[in-house]
Amino acid sequence: MATVGRALLILALVVALYGIAVSIYGALRGRDDWIASGRRSVYAIAGLVTGAFAILEIAFLRSDFSFATVASHSSTTTPLFYKASAAWSSQEGSLLLWLWMLSLWSSLVLFLTRRQVRRVAPYATAVLLGFAAFFASLLVFKETPFGLLATVPAEGAGLNPLLRHPSMMTHPVMLYSGYTLFAIPFAFAIGALITRQVGAADWIRATRRFALAAWLFLGIGILLGARWSYVELGWGGYWAWDPVENASLLPWLTGTAFIHSIMIQEKRGMLKIWNVSLILATGILAILGTFLVRSGILDSIHAFGASTLGVPFVILIGVMTAGSIGLVLWRREALRSENRLDSLLSREAIFLLNNLVLVAMAFVVFWGTFWPLIAEALTGTRRALGPPWFDQYTVPLAIVLVLLSGIGPVIAWRKATASNARRNFLLPAVAALGLGVVLAIFGVASRPLALAMFVCGAFVVASVGQEFWRGVGVRRAMTGEGPLGALRSLVARNRRRYGGYLVHVGMALLFVGVAASSAFDNGRDVRLTPGQSVTTGGYDFTYTRATSEISATRSGLEKITFGAVVDVRRDGRHVVTLHPERGFYPSRDVAGLGPVGRFFEGEATSEIGLKAGVLRDIWTAMTPDIRKLLPTIKEGDRVFAAAAGKLPPELEGQALGTALNGIVDRYLADRPAATFRVITSPLVTWIWVGSIVVFLGGLIALWPGADTARRRVTARYAARVAQELGRA
Amino acid sequence: MPPARKRKVRLVAALSAAVVLACALVYTSLLGSSEVVTPSDLVTATAGTSYQLTGKVVNDSVRTTSDGVDFRVRDRDGSTSVPVTYSGAVPDPFREDREVIITVRKEGATFVGERDSLVTKCPSKFTEDATQRS
Repeated sequence: MATVGRALLILALVVALYGIAVSIYGALRGRDDWIASGRRSVYAIAGLVTGAFAILEIAFLRSDFSFATVASHSSTTTPLFYKASAAWSSQEGSLLLWLWMLSLWSSLVLFLTRRQVRRVAPYATAVLLGFAAFFASLLVFKETPFGLLATVPAEGAGLNPLLRHPSMMTHPVMLYSGYTLFAIPFAFAIGALITRQVGAADWIRATRRFALAAWLFLGIGILLGARWSYVELGWGGYWAWDPVENASLLPWLTGTAFIHSIMIQEKRGMLKIWNVSLILATGILAILGTFLVRSGILDSIHAFGASTLGVPFVILIGVMTAGSIGLVLWRREALRSENRLDSLLSREAIFLLNNLVLVAMAFVVFWGTFWPLIAEALTGTRRALGPPWFDQYTVPLAIVLVLLSGIGPVIAWRKATASNARRNFLLPAVAALGLGVVLAIFGVASRPLALAMFVCGAFVVASVGQEFWRGVGVRRAMTGEGPLGALRSLVARNRRRYGGYLVHVGMALLFVGVAASSAFDNGRDVRLTPGQSVTTGGYDFTYTRATSEISATRSGLEKITFGAVVDVRRDGRHVVTLHPERGFYPSRDVAGLGPVGRFFEGEATSEIGLKAGVLRDIWTAMTPDIRKLLPTIKEGDRVFAAAAGKLPPELEGQALGTALNGIVDRYLADRPAATFRVITSPLVTWIWVGSIVVFLGGLIALWPGADTARRRVTARYAARVAQELGRA
Repeated sequence: MPPARKRKVRLVAALSAAVVLACALVYTSLLGSSEVVTPSDLVTATAGTSYQLTGKVVNDSVRTTSDGVDFRVRDRDGSTSVPVTYSGAVPDPFREDREVIITVRKEGATFVGERDSLVTKCPSKFTEDATQRS
């Protein structure tokens, strides 16, 4: 099977190279048959890579340890769900996922646009095939997922316990979907520049929906990563400004700017250079994100170790950057704006300002991320920046951004008049400032930046709410529908606009959650023994008792868990009982370890105790002090070593179970101490609620509108009529 | 003001603002950053200065304390190591022989880790042993 998988990848590489050649030849010669052949190459690659991916998945699901990647990333005891997702936990598996996503999304886009942008599409196809050829060649020549082991082990190393989280199935897929989807508008922009077809109708309208999908998938992927960090890793945060995290944020920021500024090009024929530059930069940044994970160029907790992929990626990024700059300079005359900005008080100006803020944020994040390399070049010493540096720039910029997202949707195009401004902004401004005054009275003024974010967030919710209110009112007056029916038809008639409004509300909620939880959280690390308490944020946390458990699967013992029962009270009143735990998985490397000690030398994962609330999250994690158990563990290993070969395997398993039960009982009897991290953090839930609202708004904006569906039916009808006429 | 002159003034203003912001960025970056070092670089470390130390946790060096861990960090491809005393959240993947990044300051003969600055390589990215592949 591995040979078939490898052959499919080689074939995919050959087809990609063929497709590039025929697409360009067809475009140069005006030969539709060659162009169609190039497009079909993309479909063929999707089929070939799907086959290769299926072979890898089957190998994981069947625990076929002859595959090196299966042996090192899965085991027979790994649950089925995680066996499936373990396929992309390795360098080579994740590269295959990248290629698979790229081929699927490219096929979908080229199929849907097969009758549009006919001059641009062949070059876009060649660019997409270029990406496919790049990743296929990495998989063929550098990092094959189909490498075989000379000696097949009886058991695999297993998926790292920390990756056994439902997000493992969705987070990478979403991120890669975002990255690969951003390659599509990038490719069409290149095609538009080559063919000089740089108007909105030439490439933006054909790919706008895919840019939005890329933005949405990437955003959801980032937020799923943040959620994973919050609930799975025992530190209580959701964002660490790590280089690889930042790398995923960069294309999202420039992509956000792009999906706003293309509206100005569509509406007024302005910002053509800006738009094409933004999407080219976004495409490059998407590849840069992939490069950072795989090059080891920067110290990141998310970067693969000992990777050899840095040089190929540097070459790809270099070619993309030089090509993009060259093409923009070559076509600068065709990219001149058709109109000029009429007034600084207009939607165009606000969108432009929004773009500048987003690009400034992207620049700051880029600068901070690459500062170690910049500093090394400037001073000869590699230096790194921490979260406070990022916060000092991004927080004020985020406040301005949220404010603009409240102004943009309601300010008039071309030029806003005083009456227009009064009509649209008076109520939201009064509501937001009113909330600000109330919050200031309750002490929020001690954190002025957080207060500013709350006021701006309230302004966005009020201004968007006002728009919905007015729209529903007009619909009701026109059609006599009920409020819900009017709301439904209002949104259905202009999904892009109202979906976008919902996204703005979601982002405002998200930023309010971030501001509140960053500015007003209370946390403590404390060592407690059963019966002892600690107070933080007005809540009393009492370590009531210790817990322990041995978990087994059909294949054997899975882990030992030591936990705590924590009683949380406020003013003497019971609030919640939390159960933080730490699970100890047996070491993958058994050399030199006894059967008992092996359980305490492997991975350990935190299961947090969390009470999520509308106003406040109460979060705990614990690390048990197992030092008192060490003599018992050593004694257990000594006994097993002495009995080695004397016990039949089934009795050895029973004896191990008895020994571990003894350790568990000993732990409970000792009234063990544990180190707790307790955090009370306000409005964290609103980060996730805001994310869901963003997701819903994005889906609404993406969904084909009634007019699009009607156009498609009409086109189909017209084609059929023409066919019938032809027959007649 | 004629439009051409107006455009020129705007361009100069925008460029000036960009230069000022760029200078501010460089200044704050130099001021707020820590030198990225390996254990062998710390031989000449100055007391009180903050460093971002990267390296691997030395085998058999981890000692759990009441509010954190004491351990030694060595060069990725060498044996020079330094002692680190750390208090704060210990990441789940923290183990011996694993890559860590931690902000430290020299205090006497040891290096004291900044609270909550200890990070360990994400578990999906550990280097695998590929030597046995056919």
